[in-house]
Amino acid sequence: MQELDGQLRDGVDIETVKTVKSVGEQYKYGFVTDIEMEFTPKGISEDIVRLISKKNDEPSWMTEWRLAAYRRWVKLEEPSWAMIDHPPINYQELYYYAKPDSMNTKPKSLDEVDPKLLETYQKLGIPLQEQMQLAEVEPDDTLEQNTMSKKVAVDAVFDSVSLGTTFRKSLAEAGVIFCSITEAIITYPDLVKKYLGSVVPTSDNYFATLNSAVFSAGSFVYIPKGVKCPMELSTYFRINAENTGQFERTLIIADEGSSVSYLEGCTAPMRDENQLHAAVVELVILEDAEIKYSTVQNWYPGDEDGKGGIYNFVTKRADCRGDRSKVMWTQVETGSAITWKYPSCILRGDNSQGEFYSIAITNNMQQADTGTKMIHLGKATKSRIVSKGISAGKAQNTYRGLVSIHPKSRDSRNFTQCDSLLIGDTCGAHTVPYIEVKNNSSRVEHEATTSKVDEDQLFYCRQRGVGEEEAVALVVNGFCKEVLQALPMEFAMEAQKLVAISLEGSVG
Amino acid sequence: MLAIKDLCVRLEDEKKEILKGVNLTIKPGEVHAVMGPNGSGKSTMSYVLSGKSGYEVTAGSVALKGTNILEMEPEQRAALGLFLAFQYPIEIPGVGNMTFLRTALNSQRKFRNESELNAAEFLKLVRDQAKLLNIDTEMLKRPVNVGFSGGEKKRNEILQMAMLEPSMCVLDETDSGLDVDAMKIVAKGVNGLRNRNRSFLVITHYQRLLNHIVPDVVHIMADGKIIRSGTAELALEVETNGYANFKEIA
Ligand SMILES: Nc1ncnc2c1ncn2[C@@H]1O[C@H](COP(=O)(O)OP(=O)(O)OP(=O)(O)O)[C@@H](O)[C@H]1O
Ligand SMILES: [Mg+2]
Repeated sequence: MQELDGQLRDGVDIETVKTVKSVGEQYKYGFVTDIEMEFTPKGISEDIVRLISKKNDEPSWMTEWRLAAYRRWVKLEEPSWAMIDHPPINYQELYYYAKPDSMNTKPKSLDEVDPKLLETYQKLGIPLQEQMQLAEVEPDDTLEQNTMSKKVAVDAVFDSVSLGTTFRKSLAEAGVIFCSITEAIITYPDLVKKYLGSVVPTSDNYFATLNSAVFSAGSFVYIPKGVKCPMELSTYFRINAENTGQFERTLIIADEGSSVSYLEGCTAPMRDENQLHAAVVELVILEDAEIKYSTVQNWYPGDEDGKGGIYNFVTKRADCRGDRSKVMWTQVETGSAITWKYPSCILRGDNSQGEFYSIAITNNMQQADTGTKMIHLGKATKSRIVSKGISAGKAQNTYRGLVSIHPKSRDSRNFTQCDSLLIGDTCGAHTVPYIEVKNNSSRVEHEATTSKVDEDQLFYCRQRGVGEEEAVALVVNGFCKEVLQALPMEFAMEAQKLVAISLEGSVG
Repeated sequence: MLAIKDLCVRLEDEKKEILKGVNLTIKPGEVHAVMGPNGSGKSTMSYVLSGKSGYEVTAGSVALKGTNILEMEPEQRAALGLFLAFQYPIEIPGVGNMTFLRTALNSQRKFRNESELNAAEFLKLVRDQAKLLNIDTEMLKRPVNVGFSGGEKKRNEILQMAMLEPSMCVLDETDSGLDVDAMKIVAKGVNGLRNRNRSFLVITHYQRLLNHIVPDVVHIMADGKIIRSGTAELALEVETNGYANFKEIA
């Protein structure tokens, strides 16, 4: 284990750090949508679990599945090993289900959805119309590309319900299923029964078990054999209601020889109370299939004193079941007061591959404990980890990663690159790698660096006329380049801007 | 254009005095050369002009186009027309040269309330300028100065200068590390930018450069002061006799 704390070598940077302002002030998605909502009563119990199941019109096997998870959960204790610190969460003070009243009669299509809800997504810049999304892309040397048009299908999730998904027809023509998990439980029970909980069992961990009991909304994707999904799929999660947790569950199955690229985005209003988000994402990848899963997480981070913000406890796991299957996790984590998240890869199939690209930015009082687990079970499996952690303000940023190569996983390889960048001297960066190699034909490489934002680089930019904040954003984007390049192109630009926004106020 | 009066500067940390009363006035359209022994304070002067932190101005003033710039941020000075070609250009990993240039150019334009250049306009401009300086377009795609040879870095500085069209250009040993041909190209680039409204302060150790960029005035700096000023002849004197004679005078 290696601990690298943010120590200031010289006094140069103090000037840079002097005016650390609130990121909260700059959070662009902090508005509240004012609508009538229907809630389940506060707190959690068997009755609440039953009620949630009933509200989702679920069959009894699903209700039982939830109850089993709930009964297990009450016996569990919240994990404490992560490098995060927060007052105890009172699970009886939360709402576990919140649904806009207007969604009570299920809209047949997005056209019928309450305009107020649609407006919310418009404000967030998320296209719910089935039109070509025109991404006007500027000439960039490394992301060289021209203006391009790209279709993106969207599932819009508002608190506990999905408002609907776009491009259903063209996806159906390709045989692709893309709908909310709630709908899938009713319409595709066989697929759901077969795969739900098969990657992240209900017993997996405290938050995953809680999710199993109370989840609502989230996306379900099935890509049939040999199908290359004709467009990007994406889900936008919005937490709106007060004192409400969001517990979505996403399940993606890539059948043999298929491929899909999926993106999730998340935002929430600025509120003084912390809100809980405990999601589970399961990916099943069969022989020769490939899933690319990208996240741009921009939950409300709280204000500069650490008031408010989302507690983000998420379990994401990919099971590369088939030979030569491949998964790529890319995450840009800029929001949340607390991020606790380790998208993992189980490399079960021979020659399967897992990749994890991560940017985690923490500013002010934000805390992130994030990383990945690469479990090599099959022969000649490969994994690659590229993690870029950036801390500013009083934030703490921990990379926690496990690389485990089992005895039978011969000739396997892992490469890990883990870089931390510190802005100022009051933040911290920590690198906690766990490495286990149980055979002698496999190879693991681990590189880690910690550096401070370079004053000479900033001065160089500023001498050329670039303002100080923009200079920091430019340098940090450069630091993150490898990961930004791993994102689907349409989102790389968005992510670059987000990097700049989340660091606003980190220098002055 | 530029008026430096009795400028005294010391290091913030060590309190060591480096500039000890520099006086230098450059009129619009003029080219001034500054020569002087290693460690005499030439680069320090260029950093103080451009607003690098770590230096404390204890006395004197600096006016650019009549505006006192000592209280201004580096980016404000840049927008006002000050450009520094660094003696040691800085590497910025992951940031493409083109992105960097466009960001810089548009920041300055925004600062001056001018409209930003669109992608096509920018691309044309940068390609034309790169061609003049014999810079391969491949180099434009690489991260800023990363892995550039010494000479490539210097040419890249001149490219940035040509793109940003500053009115006061400070060149700190741009000729060091350039081969003969590259020096001619750089000199041609600089000469091409010379006009009635643009001034240059060229710091160099070699008279050779001044054969190509002919200065109006040559200054000798030693131990934090300008100790002699004269015509281009002065550079020839340095070339043959070194600085020994000047020091005695000082
Ligand atoms: N940050 C610093 N810390 C310590 N000493 C410094 C610093 N900056 C400058 N100096 C000292 O100030 C003096 C002037 O340095 P400067 O770089 O300005 O010289 P120069 O005239 O540009 O020399 P050269 O011709 O070698 O480039 C030198 O003695 C140098 O060591
Ligand atoms: Mg120098």
